Amino acid sequence: MGNISYEFPVEKDDFERAGEASSKIKKILRQLGMDSGIIRRVAIGAYEAEMNLVIHSLGGTIRIDIDPKSIIITAEDKGPGIHDINLAMKEGYSTATEKIREMGFGAGMGLPNMKRCSDIFEIQSIVGKGTKIVMKMNLKDGD
Amino acid sequence: MTVGQICEKLRLKSLTGDVGMDREVKGAYVCDLLSWVMAHAHEGDAWITIQTHTNIVAVATLIELSCIIIPENAEIEDDTIKKAIEEGIPILTSEQNAFMICKNLISIGLGS
Ligand SMILES: Nc1ncnc2c1ncn2[C@@H]1O[C@H](COP(=O)(O)OP(=O)(O)OP(=O)(O)O)[C@@H](O)[C@H]1O
Ligand SMILES: [Mg+2]
Repeated sequence: MGNISYEFPVEKDDFERAGEASSKIKKILRQLGMDSGIIRRVAIGAYEAEMNLVIHSLGGTIRIDIDPKSIIITAEDKGPGIHDINLAMKEGYSTATEKIREMGFGAGMGLPNMKRCSDIFEIQSIVGKGTKIVMKMNLKDGD
Repeated sequence: MTVGQICEKLRLKSLTGDVGMDREVKGAYVCDLLSWVMAHAHEGDAWITIQTHTNIVAVATLIELSCIIIPENAEIEDDTIKKAIEEGIPILTSEQNAFMICKNLISIGLGS
């Protein structure tokens, strides 16, 4: 299999289309005939990253890069950035508004879920500039 | 057990016609926090939730839940039903609350 890359734009506050990028990513992996375990991990990671772009960011992109050894999901946004990454990574920590929480978001589980689904998880954030998250899932024989 | 069988036995109403009636229900999961569901629900679970906006369909599709059951006849947005039909996820409603739905699912043999 050669290398494959796709990038999807994700708009701020676009709850109508929220989840579409991750659904498309999942469909790509299914078409490639990948193992259901790895598909699930990628789907969860991509979904949580996508929802954070919709809810907490000013908009950005989700990218998938597939090579024979790994799948990399990259979420990048144009702000507002995260003040305290350690705090944001804590299970249960959320700055979601009451309105967002009523929709079932804001459990403070998104970033921990992303980390759990990845073999390598990296997050960089600059306040006023944006946040970049990279999730790498290693492929084993049979994936 | 299939979604269709559960519908019949629990007298659930399908809002998505006969979409996905032959999907296999392997268990059930109750929760209204979407990231919690993403982390803990299993493939094939029937998902009982009071959330009714379109994003529940994305959650169910991404982790391959068998169906969504909405308790106490909560009103469901048209867009959610439209999207569920597109994605092949059955949405079922019940007049009973989540506890009674679980009780009935157990009594017909789910989770044992
Ligand atoms: N892309 C982002 N830009 C700015 N802030 C972010 C971003 N992603 C996460 N955050 C901050 O980190 C917090 C924790 O994120 P996390 O995804 O873990 O939880 P949540 O989105 O609040 O709730 P959940 O994901 O469970 O619905 C958020 O509440 C928000 O303050
Ligand atoms: Mg989140």
